[in-house]
Amino acid sequence: MTMRRLSVFNVTSLVIGFAFLYLPILLLVIYSFNASRLVTVWGGFSTHWYGALFRNEALMEAAWVTLRVAFLSATLATLLGTLAALALARYGRFPGRTLFTGMVYAPMVMPEVITGLSLLLFFVAVGFDRGFWTITLAHTTLTMCFVTVVVQSRLMTFDRSLEEAAMDLGAPPLRTFFSVTLPLIAPSIVAGFLLAFTLSMDDLVIASFNTGPGATTLPIKIYSAVRLGLSPEVNAASAILIGIVTVGVISATLLSKRSVLRSRRNSH
Amino acid sequence: MTDRTLTRRLSAGLVPAVPYLWLGVLFLVPFLIVLKISLSDPAVAQPPYKPVFEWSDIAGFFSALDFENFILLTEDDLYFRATISSVRIAAVSTLLLLLVGFPIAYGMARAPERYRALLVAAIILPFWTSFLIRIYAWVAILKPEGLLTQVLVAIGLISEPLDILNTETAVYIGIVYAYLPFMVLPLFATLEKMDDTLLEAALDLGSTPWRSFWTITVPLAMPGIIAGSLLCFIPAVGEFVIPDLLGGSETLMIGRQLWSEFFSNRDWPLASAVAILLLIVLVVPIVIYRDVEARRLEAHR
Repeated sequence: MTMRRLSVFNVTSLVIGFAFLYLPILLLVIYSFNASRLVTVWGGFSTHWYGALFRNEALMEAAWVTLRVAFLSATLATLLGTLAALALARYGRFPGRTLFTGMVYAPMVMPEVITGLSLLLFFVAVGFDRGFWTITLAHTTLTMCFVTVVVQSRLMTFDRSLEEAAMDLGAPPLRTFFSVTLPLIAPSIVAGFLLAFTLSMDDLVIASFNTGPGATTLPIKIYSAVRLGLSPEVNAASAILIGIVTVGVISATLLSKRSVLRSRRNSH
Repeated sequence: MTDRTLTRRLSAGLVPAVPYLWLGVLFLVPFLIVLKISLSDPAVAQPPYKPVFEWSDIAGFFSALDFENFILLTEDDLYFRATISSVRIAAVSTLLLLLVGFPIAYGMARAPERYRALLVAAIILPFWTSFLIRIYAWVAILKPEGLLTQVLVAIGLISEPLDILNTETAVYIGIVYAYLPFMVLPLFATLEKMDDTLLEAALDLGSTPWRSFWTITVPLAMPGIIAGSLLCFIPAVGEFVIPDLLGGSETLMIGRQLWSEFFSNRDWPLASAVAILLLIVLVVPIVIYRDVEARRLEAHR
């Protein structure tokens, strides 16, 4: 294959593209250290808003609810999504497969307002009180589909002869799964869990429909604050979230890189 | 058949059965309920609609369902205008996303191989940070006294404050910004696999770069173009957060209409009817998207 070369046009579009993606986030973080109450006027450096943020009990309470919902729903979604991925990748044709594929793909592109409304009407119809658990169940339903796709694409691409070899040597299916398949798909399961966790932490629309007394999540809180006007406290909260995500994503990337290197070394 | 193989077969059957049941109960059934409530009437009660299903009076239940809400949707042209404007805004945004995303994806595909994984990670990273926060960031930028105006005044491009916030332009900026990874990644996936010798052969045979772009690069990138466009168009039609925070009161979008019927007017049956309307608009693109995705995954086999 010939060497590909970057033209001036390629470099320019990359620079402008990444500047467009990152500048707004960067500005938000910079202005969270603004001493002025006005969000758009620079009044000197200060960590005042971070202090105010941690003293804001309602916001802290919302953050705690959000983390619990995200952890529980991501755990459930990872279990369900992995099962669904195994069903799609290893079970061939089973009765109702077309409907199943449809149900897995539809929630990912379905407008959130429809998913949120339909789940709320379901909970009301069966008489389930709205609150922490309705948000958790709603988020599990949405995010398990993302986990399915992530795990399924891994199951589709790895070398199946490893599984077949284990079976030929007499390993029962369950044992084959735990000693061969699971270690191979583990990175994608972790990735799926992280994706489910962030999607849940991030969601405003579905949570708004399914929330109840005592179950205000951080996005709901931020949204109502933003509607009242910009506030430096929201900037500070956002900057912390951005920091957590950045550190999390970078360490996950490094971890998966290391495990790839290790498995490569072992196979030689 | 021995007992052991029977239990084994039963436990193997659980793998598809558990997620199947979950999605059936929490995805499919809720849809049927939306459909049912869209045919009900609003009521001052808990829950705020009637009829409420009773096993003892099934005939009475079905006879109380009607299409009143849908007739209301056709009579008030607000919903028609909201639908048209949602589709238009989503279509224009998808086109803008293609224009912005293609050069980026192309640049990524032509970058040296050792940098490509890093570039992909850099495209995905903003997607992991909160969607709401990323849209909120633009409010401070686009405000009349905001950062964009400050910069443009400082370099002398404009003298009057720019009033972009609360216009459709702000909605386009927001959608392009928030959905860019969904457009760039599928495009990059197809462009990366492209064989460069095809372009060289075309150049050797005297084709202009512009012409080889349209006759070789674009057709080969078509799967990525289709996947990326659907991935952006479908959620954009039902978007709520972006028009609500950036679009101001004049930007009509159907997702926003559903939200206000539900939260402000507390008219659950009408909100359900709007949801069905939104679904009818989206059913064709969703089916196409599902086929494209299923084919892509089957191709891996």
